[in-house]
Amino acid sequence: MTRRIWSPYVSHAALYLPRLPIVTILNSPTAAGTSSAASVLADATSSDASLRRFLHGLPGVDQVGAEGRAAGLGARSIKTTAKAYAIDLAIRMVDLTTLEGNDTPGKVRALCSKAVHPDPADPSCPSAAAVCVYPDMVPFAAEALGTSPSTGSGQAAVHIAAVATAFPSGRAAMDIKLADTRHAVDAGAHEIDMVIDRGAFLSGRYLEVYDEIVQVKEACARPDGQSAHLKVIFETGELQTYDNVRRASWLAMLAGADFIKTSTGKIQPAATLPVTLVMLEAVRDFRELTGAMIGVKPAGGIRTSKDAIKYLVMVNEVAGPDWLDPEKFRFGASTLLNDLLMQRTKIQTGRYSGPDYFTLD
Amino acid sequence: MVSTSSTTAGTSSTTAGASSTTAGASSATGGPFTYAPAPESRSVVDIRSSYGLFVNGEFTEGHGKAFKTISPATEEVLAEVAEADEADVDAAIRSARRAYTRVWSRMSGAERAKYLFRIARIIQERSRELAVLESIDNGKPIKESRDVDIPTAAAHFFYYAGWADKLEHAGYGADPQPLGVAAQVIPWNFPFLMLAWKIAPALACGNTVVLKPAETTPLTALLFAEICQQADLPPGVVNIITGAGETGRALVGHPDADKVAFTGSTDVGRAIAKSVAGSRKKVTLELGGKAANIVFDDAPVDQAVEGIVNGIFFNQGHVCCAGSRLLVQESVADEVVERLKRRMATLRVGDPLDKNTDVGAINSAEQLAKIRELSEIGESEGAGRWSPPCELPDHGFWFAPTIFTGVSQAHRIAREEIFGPVLSILTFRTPKEAVEKANNTPYGLSAGIWTDKGSRILWMADQLRAGVVWANTFNRFDPASPFGGYKESGYGREGGRHGLEGYLAV
Repeated sequence: MTRRIWSPYVSHAALYLPRLPIVTILNSPTAAGTSSAASVLADATSSDASLRRFLHGLPGVDQVGAEGRAAGLGARSIKTTAKAYAIDLAIRMVDLTTLEGNDTPGKVRALCSKAVHPDPADPSCPSAAAVCVYPDMVPFAAEALGTSPSTGSGQAAVHIAAVATAFPSGRAAMDIKLADTRHAVDAGAHEIDMVIDRGAFLSGRYLEVYDEIVQVKEACARPDGQSAHLKVIFETGELQTYDNVRRASWLAMLAGADFIKTSTGKIQPAATLPVTLVMLEAVRDFRELTGAMIGVKPAGGIRTSKDAIKYLVMVNEVAGPDWLDPEKFRFGASTLLNDLLMQRTKIQTGRYSGPDYFTLD
Repeated sequence: MVSTSSTTAGTSSTTAGASSTTAGASSATGGPFTYAPAPESRSVVDIRSSYGLFVNGEFTEGHGKAFKTISPATEEVLAEVAEADEADVDAAIRSARRAYTRVWSRMSGAERAKYLFRIARIIQERSRELAVLESIDNGKPIKESRDVDIPTAAAHFFYYAGWADKLEHAGYGADPQPLGVAAQVIPWNFPFLMLAWKIAPALACGNTVVLKPAETTPLTALLFAEICQQADLPPGVVNIITGAGETGRALVGHPDADKVAFTGSTDVGRAIAKSVAGSRKKVTLELGGKAANIVFDDAPVDQAVEGIVNGIFFNQGHVCCAGSRLLVQESVADEVVERLKRRMATLRVGDPLDKNTDVGAINSAEQLAKIRELSEIGESEGAGRWSPPCELPDHGFWFAPTIFTGVSQAHRIAREEIFGPVLSILTFRTPKEAVEKANNTPYGLSAGIWTDKGSRILWMADQLRAGVVWANTFNRFDPASPFGGYKESGYGREGGRHGLEGYLAV
């Protein structure tokens, strides 16, 4: 069946670009469909000018409408069995994070043990998805997690995510950023959380940002032929507009990001529901166009189970249930996990327990 | 399509578990994220087995034939309601006249404001009760009655309370006078909100009222009568009489009514206009609509899809200003329809009291029959009908959200008001053509424009013959904003400073 699908080349972009078959790409995973999409996307990144036209040809985001939709989804009422499901899923999606100047091997070891057994009192509690640390802490995390078996019942081992590329500002020379990345990968990081150069993005040097992501992606390669997963952080609090968030999302996906991530957690506002909404729409549309599923990670400012559930509802209804998987959606958080655990215990026992019953790390 | 179905038996207690199922593909990897039933409790509402008329501050027996009001979601009988005959209407009007001459017209604006502010606050305090009752009697989702109907109704009372002592600054002369007794007839789609739209400005201007709610949705108006008692409103200032068409006819035709305000169908509005012609009565009518929601190729497409959904599926499409005609630029039509379908598949249809329900029950069997009839006509006229896969509850009145593609101006579903969750999709090529098609209707209540180009919004808004034009949004209501129609959508404005005019002798 052929059907016309949404194309980023609406209206004005079509004026500049050569007439491309993208507007009538077959929306099926056939070679013809994906290859023509691929050629169009390759064309979009061929020069700074064409990349700019592509990104500015994306449909706009109406701020009021996007925030209204996010608020509407946030008003869903998730109770009983649905809540229990959502909380366990959210725990499995947490990237348990410590990104402080005073991080020590001891702190990281404690974090790792928390990630593997979030609730030592309850073996049925799933592990977190990953720990997220600075590159120099990766060896200690690898050591702590290295031999740790999966926690049983078929759950995957806890991954190590490392922030790289001169996190959080990204203000360093390119070779330093690449060395930073390689160092983390060599030390055993499974996932790299890079920051984009917001200065370059805001001054319109999109191709520079694109190239940077491409190079970091190459630096994620491991000798065994595998590659660390790349999460691209936009620092949406600095990009400010939803139009910018949508453009950054497409830019990163074109450059080969495995995940797109809102924030470093060092800038306010960090993750918000509307920003995440725009990013979820972008990954949904990218999959329609290319078949590739890119993950989304809101990070920073998500502290309560109630917040986390709002995000999961949004994932479910905007991107679709396929994204309800730790491989495709993560929470970058530190304090969220304990609130999830408290709610989980409340559901199981019917009683609220105090924060003293949950570990601090 | 996700359907949340529930059966609720008996007014007293038993609420059978609402079940919710996800149709269509669910993820193999993530497992199904099925929303468990989240029903709002009915215990906050105390529905009496029978209700009288509210005349002169007291509940009295009606002399007509009592009728039953049912829950459209379950067809359960909620209460028996008195029918006002001509004598009852006369008593109500006399009570309103007495209150007008002896109390209300002599009271200062500041004093009237005190009562209105008090009513507004009681509405807020009892908002949950009102919302639940509204959803039970009307069938609309609790999230709408809770987040839209009741808060906006309270906002109208607050807003007009503020005008009561400032009428000389409203632009209607140095000392504008009230009209006297207002006869008001309201529809079933927003029972409590329409009551607020009618009563708040009337009282603020110094009039007294006799209001008749629709026969299928009288309960929140009768609860409002209790609120008037609670607020110590002088007897007779607000009178609520129940009944159907006959009662309404007697009310608007009563020789001692100074003002007639009606919201409802164009046919009934026309009959009212005829019946009051040649009398001294001042009339405002807010009637039907067939609004165009116009989507240009440069629209913020995801928000436009939300706006289309909100425009036609809000309140099951029982909205006089619903965006029931989607005019989409041909170059993006397929894309917009695809996105709309995907979005419609996530609408949750079912139990109005479930907090996750997006689309509730059709208000009555009669209305359901009308929606079905027009939808079948649409199909027989050759338009492409589509609904998401959808399990509807066995009892009650239900209609799946429906779109028709390939509709032209010549189709009946593009011309007649369906007043249900049914969208007709037409295309256009240029802004000029969009304006021509949008205006090519006997109605003119509202319109929507979706584009990123500000200058085009302003140009379109100038050209469209519609009382309300929304830009990059739809179905937004605010007490400060006047609302009303062009052409056969009625005359007069409600809301805002303009809304005062209909209740002042100017």
